[in-house]
Amino acid sequence: MYNNNQYTKTSQYWRAVRTIIWKDLSIEMRKKTLVSALLIFSVMVTLVFTFALDLDKSTKDNIAVGVLWVTFVFSSTLGLNQTFANEKSQNSLEGMLLSPIDYTAIFVGKFISTYIFVIIVEIIVVPMFYILYGIPLFSPLFLLIVLLGSFGYTLVGTLLASIATRTRAREIMLPILLLPVAMPIIIASVQCSNAILSGAHWGQFSNAFNLVIVYDIIFLGVAIMTFDYLIQE
Amino acid sequence: MCMINVKSVSKSFGMKQVLKNITLNIAPGEFTTLIGPNGSGKTTLLRIIATLLRPNSGQVTIAGLDLNTSSHAVRQLLGVVSHHTLLYDNLTAYENLLFYARLYSIKDYANRISMVLDKVDLTESKDILVRTFSHGMQQRLSIARAILHNPRVILFDEPHTGLDQNNSVRLDQILQSTSTSGNTVLMITHDIKHALALSDKIAVLHKGEVVYQGSTAQLSFDEFAHKYHEIINV
Repeated sequence: MYNNNQYTKTSQYWRAVRTIIWKDLSIEMRKKTLVSALLIFSVMVTLVFTFALDLDKSTKDNIAVGVLWVTFVFSSTLGLNQTFANEKSQNSLEGMLLSPIDYTAIFVGKFISTYIFVIIVEIIVVPMFYILYGIPLFSPLFLLIVLLGSFGYTLVGTLLASIATRTRAREIMLPILLLPVAMPIIIASVQCSNAILSGAHWGQFSNAFNLVIVYDIIFLGVAIMTFDYLIQE
Repeated sequence: MCMINVKSVSKSFGMKQVLKNITLNIAPGEFTTLIGPNGSGKTTLLRIIATLLRPNSGQVTIAGLDLNTSSHAVRQLLGVVSHHTLLYDNLTAYENLLFYARLYSIKDYANRISMVLDKVDLTESKDILVRTFSHGMQQRLSIARAILHNPRVILFDEPHTGLDQNNSVRLDQILQSTSTSGNTVLMITHDIKHALALSDKIAVLHKGEVVYQGSTAQLSFDEFAHKYHEIINV
């Protein structure tokens, strides 16, 4: 049961989260650089894989899910590199750090806005894959694993972007830090996606599916517990 | 009671000690200027007071609240104007202030935003993107951002940097009105003229130590400039 003080704190926390999302979306709606860059990149990667490799139908079916996840991972990494870009030019991150908010609200706000951009890209890339590869990608379980896999990848990426943003070579630093840490969720997501699309039964991919969920939960906890320390000098 | 109480604060970055056992007291409503050459530790001290850095030792309190234990409450009392404007280039002046008003949970934000925009003379530019503003306008908007939540303490880090004569005079007027409204002000500057003209008290920081503190009343520019150069050339 909440008392008034807790209620006020909780509502202030979520107001801060909403404000940060509103700010990021407003800037993106005005600039239109991030989502368009992600989309162009994703489309190019997909087309290169589709037309550069002259593959027969069965090989195509085998690699399609891998190519799809490579596209997601590369485009998400591109987006994650820009997570704190708006804050960089006038050091506005410091403006948020000076305000009387819980610093994890900055993380949650930044994570949600980046996740929204990633989902927008996925909404366009998945049907494109369906057209090019002819694989039935619209199974609810497959879409769920795409959302859960991207959730974990964006989560870890946002956390590491907050560290990388304070380094000199931040655009190189993020992929170097992110890819090894995110390897388990990428592999588990690809395994799950392959199994779901090939019609395997639950027992054949439940371990990989559970790994994705556990990864998401663990890194959500880690991010909320550590962001306060990571973001301060 | 002091509004800002800095007690035996030391800060090192790696092997380099930037602040050495600093003690500084600023009374409520007082305008204090911290002056010193580059690398003397002024900005580090200001960042510690602003809760952006933690000292290695010592204690800082604002209105009796310890920075270590009550940083949320302290941040509600502070307004900071730093080297950077802390604004978003791709938002309008109004949207920038709205963003900060929401972070500070300001209830009557619409009135408060129009009040501060009026104070810094930017009401007519409120719907213009900040990236099109001149440096002077951005600096004024940055002050509006800092005073938006009506803080009791305002910290200015070299606010005159890069401003032309007209904007500098305008800024002085804003700084004076901020001070006369009862706020406690701590300003960092290199400019002795501004320091003497605006502040009640002046402190000189040199090589991480406070080497001079005194009232600016009855202190002439020549007298202080001579004293200052003597101090920093030792």
